[in-house]
Amino acid sequence: MQPVNLTNQHNSNATPQPAPPLAASIKFKFFLTGLAGLGLWFSLYWQLQGLAAYLAFSLLGLEPGSHLGEAMLFFFYDTPKVLMLLTLIVYGVGVLRSFFTPERTRKILAGKRESVGNVLAALLGIVTPFCSCSAVPLFIGFVTAGVPLGVTFSFLISAPMVNEVALVLLYGLLGWKVAALYLGTGLLIAILAGWTIGRLGMEEHIEDWVREMHVNASDIPDQKLTWTERFGHGKTAVREIVGKVWIYVVLGIAVGAGIHGYVPEGLMASIMGKEWWAVPAAVLVGIPMYSNAAGIVPVVEALLGKGAALGTVLAFMMAVIALSLPETIILRKVLKPRLIAVFIGVVGTGIMLVGYLFNIII
Amino acid sequence: MEIKVLGPGCAKCAEAEKLMRAVVEEAGVAATIEKVSDFQQIAKHGVFSTPAVVIDGQIKCVGKVPSKAEALGWIKP
Repeated sequence: MQPVNLTNQHNSNATPQPAPPLAASIKFKFFLTGLAGLGLWFSLYWQLQGLAAYLAFSLLGLEPGSHLGEAMLFFFYDTPKVLMLLTLIVYGVGVLRSFFTPERTRKILAGKRESVGNVLAALLGIVTPFCSCSAVPLFIGFVTAGVPLGVTFSFLISAPMVNEVALVLLYGLLGWKVAALYLGTGLLIAILAGWTIGRLGMEEHIEDWVREMHVNASDIPDQKLTWTERFGHGKTAVREIVGKVWIYVVLGIAVGAGIHGYVPEGLMASIMGKEWWAVPAAVLVGIPMYSNAAGIVPVVEALLGKGAALGTVLAFMMAVIALSLPETIILRKVLKPRLIAVFIGVVGTGIMLVGYLFNIII
Repeated sequence: MEIKVLGPGCAKCAEAEKLMRAVVEEAGVAATIEKVSDFQQIAKHGVFSTPAVVIDGQIKCVGKVPSKAEALGWIKP
């Protein structure tokens, strides 16, 4: 990559800038720092396996192959690995997200036909910065701007479910195939569930005050960012997300390590196996549970390691992340009960189908 | 000056309110600061990503906690 491309000038057609050499040197410094950081990251990342073995077996003097030794090895290897992956990806996504704002996403989605709109909304759900507490203002903003109801739901389902934290953890702990399956089926559920809700024509089940509201959002300034600010967004994302979830990651991996070392092989096969009732049971248990991806994925890994079926476990995880009781209660402010019930029903059914599908094919 | 911080009440919204209070005190300007957490009121401002800061009816920022320098720039005469 040419370092020259790294910075975005505010107004290229203005009078010539007085100090281009300085600007160029800043760009170059950015480029070098980034390269050095990446190099350091990779060289450390490849050392982790050896480091973990050293910590567990040499420093702590545990017996390789013993329960405690294997549990500690798992913990010492997975914790730094996942945290490093998380930092790198969250930083990257933070920078990427500075290109997408909810305002811009709304502009893209407003007036889009359904189907095309559902696909776009699900994809934009991944990259648009979204905090679950702004789900309600966002819903109002989308619906009043003429984004179809089903398209809005595609966005609201995909935004929390398909997120970088879940994907990194699945990749780091279970490999790229499981991560890709999760990404693909998560998007598919968001698209199809939103499309279905749109087909059902439930616009009158939005609370009346929302439908009667006419808002005008044209005066929100569309901010232009410099690359320095975009990298700043990446840094902020790392501080906020990794700073918040690292403890769940560590605790989750510790629980995972415990199950890894002590719970007998195949125990989970009898509880979270491929029986017909296992998938709906996993979804029903998952809905009232509220956890972020960071807390649930390490547990998922341990469950899988002990013989739980992949479909059942993925369904459980999706139910925990995508259908949460607190979010449902907040959405009640803008949705009438029947639409809430349809939302849970349609998304829950989609998750169960995914669970059955993987139990059959894998 | 009339400052409104819009947000349903998550951690970021509280942070934005705290920042605006600190900045007003530091700049020593006369201002009222109001936290708006009612969804209907928030929507009426045309804001749909929170937290947002509105000063004298003008939307200053949406969807993020402003930086201190930014906030000072808005309220300094």
